[in-house]
Amino acid sequence: MYKIVSKEVLAPKITRFSIEAPEVAKSRKPGQFVVIRADETSERVPLTIVDSDPKKGTIDLIIQDAGFSTHCLTCCEEGDGFLDVLGPLGRPTDMHKYGTVVCVGGGVGTAVLYPIAKGLKEAGNTVVTINGARNKELLILEEELAKVSDELIIATDDGSYGVKGFGSTILQGMIDDKKKIDFVVAIGPTMMMKAVAEVTRPYDIETIVSLNAIMIDGTGMCGGCRVTVGDEVKFACVDGPEFDAHLVDFEEQIAKHHYYDEEQACQMDKIITDAEQERA
Amino acid sequence: MAEEKRTRSPRKKPDRIPRQEMPVRSAQDRIQDFEEVALGFDAVLAQKEAQRCLQCPKQPCVDGCPVSVDITGFIHLITEGDFIGAARKIKETNLLPAVCGRVCPQEEQCEQVCVVGKIDEPVAIGRLERFVADYERNQGTVVLPEVAPPSGKKVAIIGSGPAGITVSYELLQAGHKVTIFEALHELGGVLIYGIPEFRLPKKIVAAEIDTIKKLGAEIKLNMLIGKTRTIDQLMNDDGFDAVFIGTGSGLPMFLKLPGENLNGISSANEFLTRVNLMKAYREEYATPVKVGKKVAVFGAGNVAMDAARSAKRVGGDDTEVSIVYRRARDQMPAREEEIHHAEEEGIIFNLLTNPIRFIGDENNHVKEIECVKMELGEPDDSGRRRPITIKGSEHLVEADTVIVALGTMPRKFIAETSPDIKTSNWGTFLVDEESGETSKKGVFAGGDIVTGSATVIQAMGAGRVAAKAIKEYLAEN
Repeated sequence: MYKIVSKEVLAPKITRFSIEAPEVAKSRKPGQFVVIRADETSERVPLTIVDSDPKKGTIDLIIQDAGFSTHCLTCCEEGDGFLDVLGPLGRPTDMHKYGTVVCVGGGVGTAVLYPIAKGLKEAGNTVVTINGARNKELLILEEELAKVSDELIIATDDGSYGVKGFGSTILQGMIDDKKKIDFVVAIGPTMMMKAVAEVTRPYDIETIVSLNAIMIDGTGMCGGCRVTVGDEVKFACVDGPEFDAHLVDFEEQIAKHHYYDEEQACQMDKIITDAEQERA
Repeated sequence: MAEEKRTRSPRKKPDRIPRQEMPVRSAQDRIQDFEEVALGFDAVLAQKEAQRCLQCPKQPCVDGCPVSVDITGFIHLITEGDFIGAARKIKETNLLPAVCGRVCPQEEQCEQVCVVGKIDEPVAIGRLERFVADYERNQGTVVLPEVAPPSGKKVAIIGSGPAGITVSYELLQAGHKVTIFEALHELGGVLIYGIPEFRLPKKIVAAEIDTIKKLGAEIKLNMLIGKTRTIDQLMNDDGFDAVFIGTGSGLPMFLKLPGENLNGISSANEFLTRVNLMKAYREEYATPVKVGKKVAVFGAGNVAMDAARSAKRVGGDDTEVSIVYRRARDQMPAREEEIHHAEEEGIIFNLLTNPIRFIGDENNHVKEIECVKMELGEPDDSGRRRPITIKGSEHLVEADTVIVALGTMPRKFIAETSPDIKTSNWGTFLVDEESGETSKKGVFAGGDIVTGSATVIQAMGAGRVAAKAIKEYLAEN
């Protein structure tokens, strides 16, 4: 059992957990993830490690309640535990000095972005971060990102906080303003990552994205996380999760995300029915 | 001439006992669930079958067994009615008789060289092995083997499949401390995630592996060596005196054809892991598995049969499942028994057929496969006649679920973090055949990580070889 040391609700349906996983805490690097199984009947869920404390032996995860399994995970409380935590998995972010890097985070993707922005800052880069969310309420990690960024731009879709607009549009604005950009990291909804890739493509700015693929084991065994990158088929779990944004087939990824929609809906219905029965 | 021969030998041969058939559930019954297909011998059938053994002094069957089970010895005990003694006799060299009795290809090993088989059908060694193992377990009389006094040495076992389990069993008995590192959340490797419940019930696997725990092995689940810890860390920081790598061959191969990433197309590893390890076929488990109405399984090995038969069970009566294979029936690598069971269960064999590309619908979901027909030409390197495309034979095969069972390759976590372990171009570990030692001192390997995809019993055989060498290594170092 991997004990939940602390739990904090960051925004509606977005929860931060600190979990005892000393072996993972010791060896993890930015960009890597874990696979979690809450209990015997649960799915194995891949989640990026947001932060770690090797001394305390803990890792931090930010989980968005976006379906049956993540809903069950976010229902776990401090003092409870997860049955299985496997990691660190995937390749760490290639951290070196690029010059000026722009980190674009969207929604809960910001949780994945944060350790990478932090690592890039430590590697000596000038870090400009665009922290985007649908609205003010859903914005996360503002304080943390401010600490590791030379410039932090807050963007909301509805303009309820910071600049109104999408991360990709703001990035385009920076390019139009002739701002020197050497490297871009974009992490968020697949549509948003695709939009960023299209913004930087004409200018040949090296851009990476972190894919949130469907997988079971996370160790290269199932191949469920296949992604077409250029002419090659890669496994997000062992070859990724980060890939060259200009080579990823985003349409394929979007289709894959919808593959289990029906099953998700059925399971969510079951949660609602169970809850109603409990109330009655 | 024949007539003459018959008159010249009037001596009547003694009535031979025919090979006893093992009861199996009817196909119609068994495809409704995941319960075991074969029911096993009862005591009467087992003793009758055991009497067929000639007790040859040369014991070719023992040489035919990769783990050298004393076959004539255990069969003799069955004839005497000492079923528990027979089970313990097998366990002298094989911890997993209930597993091996079910999944070993005996027809290519012990039974192939059985002397009875030269004149009649061979003794059903596998069925007898299964019977005594089940008998002992069901009677609750499983006893632990004797263990030597503690040696003070400790060994890390990477991977808990058949190879790692075998090495652990041998080393524990020799008094060494053993820690097993397993990446998944359950012990057993392919026995758990790969082979389906209806062929190998998971509680039987767990019961046989339980002996390792009772003998004091330390179990560390969720540990991916090469990621969570490296081999060097285990040896330098954690104080392991030797390491055995039995990480298998886990990376699924694909056809590398256009459209292969469409939704509805998965590897057999993914499909079987969802069903077996994650128990997707049971309602209370959250992991989904999808099977449509027309399933095409590519490949014709045991894994392909497992995938096809599992798909039939998940999909239900109105799901049509086909094996699509580019060669002919005789060349299918699966065991005859598996092919036979698949046929009985209504699996269609679409042979001499090869896919060219997958065609999707508007939702990026597979709907058709373009295939060509093949014919057999001259034998190739494998000795099998090479399949050649028949020109102009392109045709469409309807499919909403595709499972690719083409085999697997080793994963690279250890090779990447331990460059001092030499590997082949295929990623398999290069070892000394006599000892299983790798190019890194104190590090041994065996099973699929060395041979590429092979059988459970071959991995166990490699485990025995390595265990012997590790014991010698520990005595000297």
